[in-house]
Amino acid sequence: MTDVTAQPEVTAQPVVLRVANISKEYQLGQGLFGRFGGAKKASLKALDGVDLELRRGEVLALVGESGSGKSTLAKILVGALKPTGGDIDEAELAAGAGRLERSRHVQMVFQDPYSSLNPRISVGSMLAGLLRLHRVVPNGEVRAESIRLLNRVGLQEDVLHAYPSQFSGGQRQRLAIARALAVRPDVLVADEPVSALDVSVQATILELFRSLQDELGLSILFIAHNLAVVQHLSQRVAVMYLGRIVEVADTADIFSNPRHPYTRALIDSIPRMSADSVTDQFEVEGEPPSPINVPSGCRFHPRCPVAIDRCRTEDPGLSPVGPGHASACLLAEELPLYRGVPALKEEQ
Amino acid sequence: MTDAPLLSVRNLSLGVQRKGRPTTLIVDDISFDVAEGERFGIVGESGSGKSLTLRAIANLLPAGVKVLSGSIQYRGQDLQAMPAKSRLRLAGQEIAMIFQEPMTALNPVMRVGEQIAESPRRHLGLSKAAAMDLAIDMMRKTGIPDPAHRAQAYPHELSGGLRQRIMIAMALSCSPKLLLCDEPTTALDVTVQHQVLRLLEQLCEDTRTALVFVTHDLGVVNQTCRELGVMYAGEIVERGRVKDVFADPRHPYTKGLLDSAPDFDQPDRELVAIPGFAPNLADRPDGCPFQPRCAFAVEHCATTRPRLERVLPGREAACFETGRIFEGATA
Repeated sequence: MTDVTAQPEVTAQPVVLRVANISKEYQLGQGLFGRFGGAKKASLKALDGVDLELRRGEVLALVGESGSGKSTLAKILVGALKPTGGDIDEAELAAGAGRLERSRHVQMVFQDPYSSLNPRISVGSMLAGLLRLHRVVPNGEVRAESIRLLNRVGLQEDVLHAYPSQFSGGQRQRLAIARALAVRPDVLVADEPVSALDVSVQATILELFRSLQDELGLSILFIAHNLAVVQHLSQRVAVMYLGRIVEVADTADIFSNPRHPYTRALIDSIPRMSADSVTDQFEVEGEPPSPINVPSGCRFHPRCPVAIDRCRTEDPGLSPVGPGHASACLLAEELPLYRGVPALKEEQ
Repeated sequence: MTDAPLLSVRNLSLGVQRKGRPTTLIVDDISFDVAEGERFGIVGESGSGKSLTLRAIANLLPAGVKVLSGSIQYRGQDLQAMPAKSRLRLAGQEIAMIFQEPMTALNPVMRVGEQIAESPRRHLGLSKAAAMDLAIDMMRKTGIPDPAHRAQAYPHELSGGLRQRIMIAMALSCSPKLLLCDEPTTALDVTVQHQVLRLLEQLCEDTRTALVFVTHDLGVVNQTCRELGVMYAGEIVERGRVKDVFADPRHPYTKGLLDSAPDFDQPDRELVAIPGFAPNLADRPDGCPFQPRCAFAVEHCATTRPRLERVLPGREAACFETGRIFEGATA
């Protein structure tokens, strides 16, 4: 083994949501000429064999660039999309549970709080509608429960009669979170929930997510592209590239000891606030290729600064490189030690 | 004229005037200078007026927004007083701009090569063929693979990163002296953002082009600029060198902004949000615009407006209490 820093094994919390070998393919239209010429149908592989576990009470961050399949995976988890293949195992649910029960288990918060709230429904009726539909509380307690939910996300009773347009971005995101919490889910899937917000507001929403995790024991799948945010909030990180998970590890571990060249490139690309010396040893060229033409072998090899011949032909799977740490790189064990993080200073 | 700064914005105010209603001030009396080859960043949150300031310099203010007072001088010439024709000539040749969303800024029905060649033909008087050669050369310089072939593409056929490179090639095609950038990398993925920022930096270094760089991302400004202005509610509240300001902010808003942003290099630092909201510009408070959200505000903050004043060598802040708040923090 390499020098994976010996870490105390994370107390294994039960898994609340597990997906195995999930894939999602879209058939593309052939166009008029293709149809007559008998051209082969192209397909877009948005997800290509994803395995993921979400444990009780953890924040698992899913990071990756656009087109990597993060949002597709999120939609599959909440049941808004059907996967082409693979299994979703929700520990708390009996097999064959209907849509309604399922949606009680996993709820979603979207990126844009301006378009994800219905502008014509007041906050009170939005929450009441949900509480009644799912019979969360007896009808007589709907109002009290709505107020409780609002308080939970840091809003007051007096917003019950207000409409979404009367709120700022940060407050709307609180409303969206209150809506997601109404059915008392076990899992919250948050798709870039802070990227549309101003920096000074972001912090309060991140704090809210953290308190939901601490106080309600919610498991949160947090999709983000800002690694500084991810590092701040999550316990584990999964890095996606072109429809695959290429590295998973505990947050501290993945940032101090990344074992996939793509993860290292991502870390090196963060615009730093305090350190101005970004090491460019893992700068990548170009942009992620289209998921219609996934490269042969390792899908990262055309951009990889350390690729060797084998990478062009062999498609590496996710394999363990340390405790709780897995990477899909043939050279994972041989990558030079990471020096990108500026010597995590003499702690004051 | 040699000692006049390249760009000098003096007491600029922008606003919306409507009949029968009071004028809404959007940018309130801001001043800054940008020297030749300098890289000046403007950070602020949405609605702080940073983009409109940039658009005022480029003469691209949206309909309804007017320059109310103040001047914008380029090499000592007042842009406002200049005849429209000469100002038009200046824009595109000496002053160029890069926008946030390349898809909306590029012409969708024109091949990208022609779009880049357009301004060299107009401003440098190049022939069609020579301008196209220059365009392809610019595309090569911005790191676009296979430029001769890509020049024939339409914007929708290119990825976001390539489109932004086309925008950069377009902006730099006439070797401008001043490049205005409005969040040029916000729509890009991180690895691509990194490439584009490095490209901008390197090209500007090579041609000694000055940059005015508007962004909300503190990390990006730290990586690209040397000087910095922090805008809040239409005012510049602090100004200085990026490194100094980040290390030792002298305005409570700057400090709040820095404290609320997660810093990758300080993972364990607690994030502290700024309470409250930015003021409604139509109903702006009399005193310091940050006063309602400021933890250090005293009585006269609510009634008197602080001016940008020198607080340290090379640093200005618009805060009455800066001495008291940051006392002892002096290095």
